[in-house]
Amino acid sequence: MVRLTDLPAWEREHMLDKVKDIKKGGGFEGNPWVSGPPLKQRRVAVISTAGLHQRDDRPFAPGAAATDYRVIPGSVNAGELVMSHLSINYDRTGFQQDINVVLPLDRLRELAAEGVIGSVADYHYSFMGAAPIRQLAPRARELAGLLKRDKVDAVLLSPV
Amino acid sequence: MREHTEAIRAPRALWVPFILGRPFGVPNDAAFQRRVLLAALRLLEAPAGQGPLLEDFPHDAPEQSGGGDALEGFACPVNFGRAPANDADAWQQEISDLASWHRLAVERRGRTTAALSGLTPGVASRYILDFIRDSNTPLYRAELARGLSLRLACEDIKAYYLEAVNEQPGRRAAQQAQAWFWNETVAGRTFIRLREVCLNSADESVKQFGLGNLVPRAVLQALQMKQ
Repeated sequence: MVRLTDLPAWEREHMLDKVKDIKKGGGFEGNPWVSGPPLKQRRVAVISTAGLHQRDDRPFAPGAAATDYRVIPGSVNAGELVMSHLSINYDRTGFQQDINVVLPLDRLRELAAEGVIGSVADYHYSFMGAAPIRQLAPRARELAGLLKRDKVDAVLLSPV
Repeated sequence: MREHTEAIRAPRALWVPFILGRPFGVPNDAAFQRRVLLAALRLLEAPAGQGPLLEDFPHDAPEQSGGGDALEGFACPVNFGRAPANDADAWQQEISDLASWHRLAVERRGRTTAALSGLTPGVASRYILDFIRDSNTPLYRAELARGLSLRLACEDIKAYYLEAVNEQPGRRAAQQAQAWFWNETVAGRTFIRLREVCLNSADESVKQFGLGNLVPRAVLQALQMKQ
């Protein structure tokens, strides 16, 4: 996230238009809140919208394909991951230097080793995130089922 | 963005003051990343029924919080001052001049993210120049739409340049490396030319790529202000 006031006026307008789009469609009036076990017992997965995938996997594309997600194995080596997000309006140099700036798997593994969290999930996921938000709902439900099967009870959403 | 998170009413969210593209703040700073991560995960332990909960992370990323000598006077110590015979030669020379830095970056990080198209930077740059000259130039992978083939080649070149320049001594803000790429390199200038070609293309995938996925809005805005 970033401060709107840090952005130039035209970029601020662009971002505020997206907020208007969200509000226009409704559907976010609920107040979902689920409690769970203490952090030290939680199994944590990460869902990123950085358009990440293994280098042999399909690059992200516009249109209907923008709602796709890619699976990232928990054991993945950082060298295997690339970023094919459509947007060129955010920084990629942080990711180029250190994957943990968008997908903090090393930090999660450290927290698991120290017992701060219970464990790290076997699978993590990346969307591109540029799709209209409501079109992503079926994919989100699909993913929720997969996460449950992986015994995940904490999901860290990491937007770019 | 706080405004988007408020509109979506995510049950638990941590607002962070970092630039877009760096949700955990700073590359190669495990301690700082850990603080951000823990601040987010601790929200899971908030008492029931409090949502939506939107907390602020109180610290700026170290790189963004002040200027300092390391962030000033950024210049890429590569000799672009020669006068090559043409654009193609100039671009190849530029790629070659950055090769040592890129090799060092790959050695140190154990990886490169310039790996979407499967092309080397030299071949990718030739493909782009060939396309500028002839929009029917053969695709390097037959299964790709033309727009996607251009996007992957351009992304790889940009990643190659930025990985190389960020390996050079001294720490620099992300925006400085971006400004260098778009204002001072043959690659940046060629991409801006490529955009014009794409906008005039009859191929919708190429046109869309040129419209929204080639030159950042900030760069286009700066160009318009110059004109």
